[in-house]
Amino acid sequence: MTEEIIIAGFGGQGVLSMGKILAYSGVMQDKEVSWMPSYGPEMRGGTANVSVIISDERISSPIINQFDTAIILNQQSLDKFEASVKPGGLLIFDPNGITHEPTRKDINIYKIAATAKAQELGISKVFNMVVLGGFLKLKPIVDKQYIHEGLEHSLPQRHWNLIPQNEEAIEIGKNLIEPVQVL
Amino acid sequence: MARELQLMKGNEAIARAMIASGCDGYFGYPITPQSEVMETLMAEKPWETTGMVVLQAESEVASINMVYGGAATGKKVATSSSSPGISLMQEGLTYLAGAEIPCLIVNVMRGGPGLGTIQPSQSDYFQSVKGGGHGDYQLYTLAPASVQEMYDFVFDAWDIAFKYRNPVLILSDGAIGQCMEKLYTRDNVARWSEEERRANAPWGTWGKPAGRGHNIITSLELDSARQEVFNHKLQAKYAEMKEKEVRFEALNCEDADYIIVAYGSSSRIAMKAMQMAREKGIKVGLFRLITLFPFPTKQLAEVAKRVKGILCVEMSAGQMIEDVRLATQCGVKTEHFGRFGGIIPTPGEVLEALENKIIK
Repeated sequence: MTEEIIIAGFGGQGVLSMGKILAYSGVMQDKEVSWMPSYGPEMRGGTANVSVIISDERISSPIINQFDTAIILNQQSLDKFEASVKPGGLLIFDPNGITHEPTRKDINIYKIAATAKAQELGISKVFNMVVLGGFLKLKPIVDKQYIHEGLEHSLPQRHWNLIPQNEEAIEIGKNLIEPVQVL
Repeated sequence: MARELQLMKGNEAIARAMIASGCDGYFGYPITPQSEVMETLMAEKPWETTGMVVLQAESEVASINMVYGGAATGKKVATSSSSPGISLMQEGLTYLAGAEIPCLIVNVMRGGPGLGTIQPSQSDYFQSVKGGGHGDYQLYTLAPASVQEMYDFVFDAWDIAFKYRNPVLILSDGAIGQCMEKLYTRDNVARWSEEERRANAPWGTWGKPAGRGHNIITSLELDSARQEVFNHKLQAKYAEMKEKEVRFEALNCEDADYIIVAYGSSSRIAMKAMQMAREKGIKVGLFRLITLFPFPTKQLAEVAKRVKGILCVEMSAGQMIEDVRLATQCGVKTEHFGRFGGIIPTPGEVLEALENKIIK
């Protein structure tokens, strides 16, 4: 199993930390992992993305340009990465702020209204975990118990009291994600 | 910190390895993409645990001269920077080599020339292994290709530096520096006691016992005859490194029709290109340089005899390729493929270059 993922959105949406929690969960489950962020001027301009690879085998290049899954949290990222999903791959997007939806017919497209749901529930801080939950529903590449350990390793100990809230957000995400039919 | 499994950035691994390997002092100045080295050191506060000094100097020029001063006493001293900062250090590096002071320098390369870009690059190869500073000197140069190697090579660097009384350079780039991967940390090595330091660095300026002459650390020798003798001594040291300290990794080279030569993050991209080629039925191997100086000349020449072509992949306009061609005496078709100015090539581009420049 090798899963190559891009997570992309605005800085502050928790893009990098979502990737880190996913990667750390993979480490806990004894997978090979890599986490490669954008750290350049684009990051300083407001957008952020990270490539995460989780595999049963030694990872060759942490730098990739074709993805099994793209998790997209803003319009710029959708415009940039829709074409980079491998045929038959998965694209997940949050419709918040999206003016033109994805159009490819050779990939599986799902949407998750995580921004709206998190605001409604007053859990905007763990919005990214709602999104992660949606992804894990479709591709359960790491088990629940390892997600818990991944959270423990990713969060400083003073924030461990927030772990149950993060886990609840993941469960909310699992129920929120829905397929999109491209006509 | 006992041996345990963690997920961390390459830059963080460098910092943690410094602490864990008994480093006595770090002097540096922040620059992207290596700022996490000093950030991690400052966050870890090793001065409270191992007693290691961590100091932000006023510039890279100050940093490297602080390294000179600290390391001249036989202590384990390190600095790190990125390309423009390393350029500022070149005078210090040749003085360190000329005074035979063991120390560790880490360059997390970014695109140049000039201030260039903050994105990854590998265009400091010439600077690293062909001088950089003036005079006939060499830095033992290690090129890590993973976060684990970023960590492990710090430990290896001290062994080489003190064995040969020579500065060691870890030549990395922004991709490995910023990437997070799995890392097995090691048990801490204690900093040397006073007695250990005197035993490991008898040449150091740690005080003059009665009955022993002065230990003088300098790169100045106005008597040319003596300076020539000293240069021969340096050359003998470099020759011994070439004989004993070459490191490389040959993957799938036994049956390969073509090989890719690369180091650092390019070698990771090349590994993926190699896998893609093999899936298409093209027998491609990867010859990964681990030491850039000493260059694995004989070992590469041996592999090159059996192949039809070599693609050099480097995030530069083509620097390492000169040493590849020297190693093979231009006996086999050898071409360069690289992106530069902060652009990272994709595995697909590397495969395409292999097919278009070498196989066709």
